[in-house]
Amino acid sequence: MTLAQAGLRELTPAVLAILVRRGADFAAAEDAVQDALVEALRVWPDDPPRDPKGWLITVAWRRFLDVARADAARRRREDLVDQEPPAGPATFTDDTLQLYFLCAHPSLTPASAVALTLRAVGGLTTRQIADAYLVPEATMAQRISRAKRTVAGVRLDRPGDVATVLRVLYLVFNEGYTGDVDLATEAIRLTRRLATAIDHPEVAGLLALMLLHHARRAARTAPDGSLVPLAEQDRDRWDTTMISEGVAILQTALSRDRLGEFQAQAAIAALHADAPTADETDWVQIVEWYDELVQLTGNPVARLNRAVAVGEADGAHAGLAALAELDATLPRHTAAAAYLHEKAGDHNQAAQMYAVAARQATNLAERDHLTRQAARLNARDSRPPDS
Amino acid sequence: MAKYLLLKHYRGGPAAVNDVPMEKWTPEEISAHIKYMNDFAARLEESGEFVSGDALAPEGAWVRYDGEGRPPVTDGPFPETKDLIAGWMIIDVDSYERAVELAGELSAAPGAGGKPIHEWLELRPFLHMPPTVTE
Repeated sequence: MTLAQAGLRELTPAVLAILVRRGADFAAAEDAVQDALVEALRVWPDDPPRDPKGWLITVAWRRFLDVARADAARRRREDLVDQEPPAGPATFTDDTLQLYFLCAHPSLTPASAVALTLRAVGGLTTRQIADAYLVPEATMAQRISRAKRTVAGVRLDRPGDVATVLRVLYLVFNEGYTGDVDLATEAIRLTRRLATAIDHPEVAGLLALMLLHHARRAARTAPDGSLVPLAEQDRDRWDTTMISEGVAILQTALSRDRLGEFQAQAAIAALHADAPTADETDWVQIVEWYDELVQLTGNPVARLNRAVAVGEADGAHAGLAALAELDATLPRHTAAAAYLHEKAGDHNQAAQMYAVAARQATNLAERDHLTRQAARLNARDSRPPDS
Repeated sequence: MAKYLLLKHYRGGPAAVNDVPMEKWTPEEISAHIKYMNDFAARLEESGEFVSGDALAPEGAWVRYDGEGRPPVTDGPFPETKDLIAGWMIIDVDSYERAVELAGELSAAPGAGGKPIHEWLELRPFLHMPPTVTE
């Protein structure tokens, strides 16, 4: 039986959060919860508890007290525990929410925050996280224990910054799929839980964005793993249920009239998802959303994407003009220029630029895609017109 | 996080500043050099930035296919003029700047006279990172 099979992963963050709120420091609480999980896997198959969460809290708390008592150096913390008011009937969501904030604390590097969130909030094992990020388990264990030490002195007495939590979840989402854990799905699960715990339009915006992107994942790569551009994707392979859910969540968020970058990005994703064919995409509205996004973030990547959208809405030359105003060293600038030059009919220039963009690519799928684009244009030029 | 490969060369790269062949070092200098490298790897493991590392034998051969039913061709055990990789380390760090900083630190390993070798290390980003979703 695994943690997931026993339904333990769902319970972990709440149990951990309750221990932390009762005064256990984060690292000690985490150790105690892990011990309780091991005990649960041993005992539950023969003797399932009536109240699994209560069982875990009791065992983990007892375990924490045992360790704290045995360790003279922890006497001070024990005093703190004694002074702590007895645990009241705090809601599940409050405690878990604080755990999100703790794991995304600004004192952590993004990589540490991601690892700690997956471990403490997501309930993944260190090995699963290590596999997902393609590093040795020992390395990931160190990353997590350093992160735990960093937040050890942090008290959960006031709400943290939602934007930081959302950035961490977005980082997890973008890692996609490598090990036996699908990080995109995991990010959606954690964001969904966050959305039930907190009423914030940007949380909804991020959840909508993830759902809208994830709904198109099956169509985004060919069976051989190569990238399929949006315009060429088989739209029948898009998950329409997930798209409807994303759109509904987004519409509710937008109606609150507190726009943020994730809502704006989700709106763009929704316009793509809404088009029955690539040609029917509402590029004019997409450009307007990119204008909002640029205004909200000033992000150069948003400006670059806007230039490509302008190329679709107002023609390749308008797109190239918008692109010319941007820093040419931006990532994907050359790839965008290549695309717009091809659209403008300048195939030689486009082929050359695709080749340059391929050399600049930072991931394999993108490099192969750009190399194929260059090859496609070169083959067209060298072939006799009637073949 | 992004992964980078740090490559040490037996030859093929620019010469080190403190360029004395290892067999001319004292045994203590060799031990100090090896200890520096091991400590470096241990520190990276501790900081959660270590992925893997290993050393390669100096003897290597170039091999290629020579047609159906024939054994592959090798060009012998002494590829005199070619680049030779001595070893590598793979790191997983938050930024390119951090990767450069660590490469600089590794290049400061002590050599002859107990002074840093200032050896040139090749730093190469990995391409296998998943693509960020941008459509």
